[in-house]
Order: sequence, then C-alpha cells, then structure tokens
Amino acid sequence: MIKYRFIITFGATLLFSCYSEKKKTTAESIRTQDFVSGKQVYDDFCINCHMVNGKGVPNIFPPLASSDYLMSKREESIRSIKYGLKGPIEVNGKKYNGVMAQQGLSNKEISDVMNYITNSWNNKNVELVTENEVSKVQQ
Amino acid sequence: MKLKNISYFFILFLSVTTCAQDKNTINTKNSYEIVVPELNNPWGFAFLPDHSILITEKEGKLIHFKDNLKTVISGLPEIYVRGQGGLLDIALHPNYKDNGWVYFAYASPKGEERGGNTAIMRAKIKNNTLVNKQLLYKATPNTTRGQHFGSRIVFDVNGYLFFTIGERGNRDVNPQDLTRDCGKVYRLKDDGTIPKDNPFVNVANAKTAIYSYGHRNPQGMELHPITKDIWTHEHGPRGGDEINIIKPGKNYGWPTITHGKNYSGTKITDKTAKKGMEQPLHYWTPSIAPSGMAFISSNKYGDWKGNLLVGSLKFNYLDRCVLKDGKVIKEERLLDDIGRIRSVEEGPDGFIYVGVENLGIVKLTRS
Ligand code: HEC
Repeated sequence: MIKYRFIITFGATLLFSCYSEKKKTTAESIRTQDFVSGKQVYDDFCINCHMVNGKGVPNIFPPLASSDYLMSKREESIRSIKYGLKGPIEVNGKKYNGVMAQQGLSNKEISDVMNYITNSWNNKNVELVTENEVSKVQQ
Repeated sequence: MKLKNISYFFILFLSVTTCAQDKNTINTKNSYEIVVPELNNPWGFAFLPDHSILITEKEGKLIHFKDNLKTVISGLPEIYVRGQGGLLDIALHPNYKDNGWVYFAYASPKGEERGGNTAIMRAKIKNNTLVNKQLLYKATPNTTRGQHFGSRIVFDVNGYLFFTIGERGNRDVNPQDLTRDCGKVYRLKDDGTIPKDNPFVNVANAKTAIYSYGHRNPQGMELHPITKDIWTHEHGPRGGDEINIIKPGKNYGWPTITHGKNYSGTKITDKTAKKGMEQPLHYWTPSIAPSGMAFISSNKYGDWKGNLLVGSLKFNYLDRCVLKDGKVIKEERLLDDIGRIRSVEEGPDGFIYVGVENLGIVKLTRS
C-alpha cells in the first residue's frame, strides 16, 4: 500500500513538475501584457538561463521569480544587468557563485526588462524603472 | 526522519531536478591542469607552430599566450558585443607556416541597418597587431536580436574554409530560405571566393556560399580524423540539440523537424522526420547546450581514442561520446562541474585542451 502511494505520488509529482510551467505562462502573458517590450528583451537575452518561469536552474542560475535579491536590491539588480555580475550572492537564502556576463543592452532595454521581471511570476513593482534611472547607475 | 518522509523528500528533490538534468554517468578518473589561467570566455583557440596559443575572448579581445605570458593583439575590427555575439572562433590556414593567415569569426555591426550579424575575416599578425585584414564574409541583414550567431571555422582536407552561422533568432524566416543568410553552414575558398561547385551556385538569388541549411545554432564543428567528414553539433531549443555530418546541399530540417520544444514547453512541430531532410546522427533531450568539439585521435588517452568530446555549457561538463557504426552508443561526464565549457581542441601534442568560462584553458588528464 505504501509502495503504491509512493509510486502514484512520484508519478504525479514528476508530471506536475514538467507540465506546470505551461499553464502558468498563459496566465502570465495576460497579466504582463503591458510589458511586451520588456518580455521581448527577456525572451531574447535572459530566458536561456533564468528560464521561462523565472525560476532559473537549481544551484546554477538564481531565480527571478519571488527573488528577494531582485525585489529588494533595485540598484544592484540594474547594475548587474547593465555591467554583469560575478562572485558570491545570496538569493532566497541560497548561495550562488556564478557569473552573469554583460548583455550589451541599451538603458531603455534595461528599464523595459527590469519592469517586466519585477512584474512577472507573482512579482509586483508599481514604481517603474525609467531609462533615466538606469543611465545614472554606475559600475 | 521517518522513512516515508525521506521518500517524500526524495520525490520532491527528483521532481525539481528531472526536467533540468540529464542521466549521463560521471567519470571521476580524470582531472585537469590549468594551462592558461584567468580567462573570461575563451570562445575559441588555436595552437601556433611554436605551440603558443591564440585565444579569442568573447568580449572582443585577441590574446597570444606564449611562455606563460598573455599579449593582447591589437587591430581587431569593430565587434558587436551583445547577447551571444562578440569575438567568436579562430582558426589557422592549413599552410599557416608559409602564409601566416589567421581566420576568425565575429559579430559585426558593419552595414546600413541597426544591429549586427556574423562575419569572417582573415588577417596576419605583425608586431602584435593584425595587418592585411580582409573581410571574407558578412551575413546580412543586421538585426538587434541577441541570439544564434554561430560560429565555428574549420578547413577541410582540400583547403576549403567552412564556417557556421546560426539563424539569429529568426527561425521562421532564415534557416529554410536559400536566398537569406543565417541558419547555414558555408563553404568558401581560403581567399573568400565562392567555389564553382558549391551546391547552390545555380539556384536563382541563392546565397551561393551556402553549403547546407536548416540549422539552428551550430557552435561545434570538426573534421573527423579518419573519414575527414565535417561534423557539427548545434543547439536545439528546449531539447533537440543535434550532432550532424554535413553533406553538400542537404537540409538539416530546422524548424520543420526537430526533437525540441519551445522554451515555454509548447510544441514547435509534431514532426521529427520528413522526406528530403536529414536525420541527426545523435540528439540530446534535455539540451546540454553544446559548445566546442574535438575528436581524440592521439594515443594519449588509451581506449578513449576515436571518441568525440563535446562541451556542455548548461551542465558544466565535457561529454565523452563513444561512437560505433555511426551512432553514439555511450556518453559519460568528464570534468564534471568544472564550469561552462565553451571550446574544445586537440593540441599538437595529442592532449585535449578545454576552454572554460571564468576559469581558463585546461588540459584534460586521465588517471
Ligand atoms: C548566461 C546565463 C545568464 C543570462 C543570459 C542572464 N543571467 Fe542573470 N544571472 C546569471 C547568474 C549566474 C547570476 C548569479 C551571478 C552570481 O552568482 O554572482 C545571475 C543573476 C541575476 C540577477 C540577480 C540575482 C537574482 O536572481 O535576483 C538578476 C536580477 C538577473 N540575473 C537578471 C537577468 C536579466 C534581466 C537577464 C537578461 C537581460 C539575465 N539575467 C541574463 C546568469 C544569467
């Protein structure tokens, strides 16, 4: 009996973990339709590491979804996108020591993508980032 | 913790990792020595006759490494450093000893439109500066998309110059259209002119440098040491990374057929095969994100001789592929967890050298 339960839960969890992403993205695209240009930048430059659901890859690429780093360190986040990020950081209590290269984005693209990622996957940010704000962030 | 709790834990752990990881077993009987320390992104490298190394850094830097010293070679053309674009592969002319030609691939902003696209240039090095620069190819049009520049460069046994360009994030327009650049493998003569017997020279409006098409983003290309065929691998989207043997005029199917899905998990196509389109020799699902490629042709690694090595950007290891009868029959993780592997070469001494992001170039050792 226990064995059965094990197998069923196991199967269900596996299925769930692979398919859950799909449902969420449709809901998300409706909610974030105001951030199309930011989503475009994200799909172009960020998605292969931080993933379509913003959850990153365990131990390798930190999450942006519900990321305490992104949501509480606004200037550092802008700086990391503008100039790259290297060395130990902590995101939601987990340590990362990777490297994110500079992507060569314009200030406008950086403000767009910041507004998209801070308003997706349950993140909420009403104080939108402006191009001018990005231009003032120094290395 | 009770047994049951442990198993729930186990399930949870598995469910988090299943979608992201692959199953290749780890080989721990290998290691490395750092040969060139402190590089950011050694996209490509080539050994000169004196065994010193020319290294490209993606950020747009060409380095000559000799006697444990790095010298920056100046005179590079303007480079479009954005997304996956920058200074890419480097290769020597087969007669480098006599003519000194160095070939390199890079993302170039040259042209009318905003953005950039992949270019191939050759030049000679004099007093640590590039001279006699000749632009041999520049894909058009430019685009501000950040993806899929390719590019690898290889010379075949007849001295032809082969290179790859990815589809630049425009999969529904570029790879299946012979009148457009991108999503192709190209063949030129060493001076950049187009061989008369290229497969599409008689096709109206075709880009006649094209040798094969229907590619997504090939970042590995190598001459097979025995058959002398051109082997490539390419990134799939989510799943469906491929190894292919490149034949003139063939269509490798992207995006009409693929084993991959969209990043979102939605389908690209139901088809994995179609008449008139080539099947890959091997494919990876989940994607390992392959970059760099080399065959072991020397006797330095015992019975690994004849194996194919492929770098994994995503999972941070060197994939040892055992080949038999034109198939990959076994894969194993070497240098597990070393970092993002960008480039792989067999050196003139028969040892395997691996370019790792934010580490440097290392020499593979087997214990
Ligand atoms: C090549 C993989 C890669 C790409 C592409 C990439 N990142 Fe990152 N990103 C990382 C890594 C690795 C870190 C952690 C770096 C460290 O450990 O210091 C990170 C960290 C971050 C952080 C801070 C930590 C967090 O999770 O909140 C933000 C914000 C971020 N990235 C946003 C972006 C955005 C926006 C883009 C696209 C413009 C992008 N990244 C593209 C790999 C990548």
